[in-house]
Amino acid sequence: MTIKELQTDMNCRAVWNGWEDREVTGAYTSDLLSDVMARSEEGQVLITIQAHKNTVAVAVLKDLSGIITASNRPVPDDMIETARDEEIPVFVTDNNQYETGWRLHELGGF
Amino acid sequence: MTNMGQKGSFQSLPQGCELIGDLKISEVMTRNVLAVPRNTTIREAQSIMKENSITGVPVVDSRVVVGIVSMNDIMNALESGRMDDPVTDWMTFEVQALAEEMPLSFAISAFSKYPFRRFPVVNKRNELAGIITFRNINLALIRELSRQLQEKNNLNEHSVDMSSLELVKEYLLSRYDFENGGKASSEIKKFLKGHGIPSRLIRRVAIASYELEINLVAHSDGGMLGFDINADRVVITSHDHGPGIADVDQALTEGFSTANEWIRSLGFGAGIGLPNIKRVSDEFIIQSTLGLGTMIRAVINIHTKDQHNN
Repeated sequence: MTIKELQTDMNCRAVWNGWEDREVTGAYTSDLLSDVMARSEEGQVLITIQAHKNTVAVAVLKDLSGIITASNRPVPDDMIETARDEEIPVFVTDNNQYETGWRLHELGGF
Repeated sequence: MTNMGQKGSFQSLPQGCELIGDLKISEVMTRNVLAVPRNTTIREAQSIMKENSITGVPVVDSRVVVGIVSMNDIMNALESGRMDDPVTDWMTFEVQALAEEMPLSFAISAFSKYPFRRFPVVNKRNELAGIITFRNINLALIRELSRQLQEKNNLNEHSVDMSSLELVKEYLLSRYDFENGGKASSEIKKFLKGHGIPSRLIRRVAIASYELEINLVAHSDGGMLGFDINADRVVITSHDHGPGIADVDQALTEGFSTANEWIRSLGFGAGIGLPNIKRVSDEFIIQSTLGLGTMIRAVINIHTKDQHNN
């Protein structure tokens, strides 16, 4: 599954456009950035309600493929700015974290 | 791992001593010390303290300290409505003075032993020469830490070969500056990536440095994050200006955290930062002295046969 496929299949909105498509190798769900730092793996997409520019920093440092902010969490402008600078795709979905993870499992097979 | 943190400030004295080396009290104390004569009234003493933003003032009789009057004494006098009494009626008589020639470690142990927050310092003739507070000690310690770090950096610069993978850099971080937390890690990551370091290693460096950065902004009163990188290893050093960790073993226990709600709301403070750093590091040293500060050194080897699995 690629990020572009994820966006279409999951029906989520990109907060900025123009990112390069990339492979999504799995998903990780957490709102604790230290936990994401410790346990997420390269290529995974992060499902979180922690919509903050620090989330982008963690995604960059861990080579994550993107961020999905669940439960329609508002994404602050400085987070969008940082995500654009760091070229990290960020999506917003109405689904909660459990639903998002479940759908990703169904669609992406992970 | 060397775990050098200890409970209680008295026990932590040896680390303090190590850091402050051969410093004498006279090199650290405040010299321009205000003192008042015996016949000063409590009201006068209070206004002197207010004007100078100090919380205590020694009382002298021809330069010899006969007592010390503190905010507490003034409060007591105020409660009894006796602000015009001479300070000698309310001051503390049993003054524990320190000699200016004593090593600084004596002052640190005096702070642990007595409840006082300041000690007058006297010269050989027993005359008032200065005053020492925790603030003086903190400042001396920070100065000394910076000097030692600088020395270490200079030493490293001379000993490594001239390969292109070489970087010595320091970042200053302030308390609660979450906006800039992550900046240093990001820069270091880009540097390592640019030099073709395997991404698995880079991620370990990123984890350690990011957690150290966040620790500095979330838990310390500000501090410095240093990187010393060569072809063999990445050394990350973090040192801060306090408040120090009461129990280092506890701080290294997964799940233990002193973070407030605000820090937690930002996605930190789950008590996994320090254990994370330790886990990804090939060498991990933490030293902490309550009231003084914390020093952490994390090393990630680049060229070894038995590298960690992340």
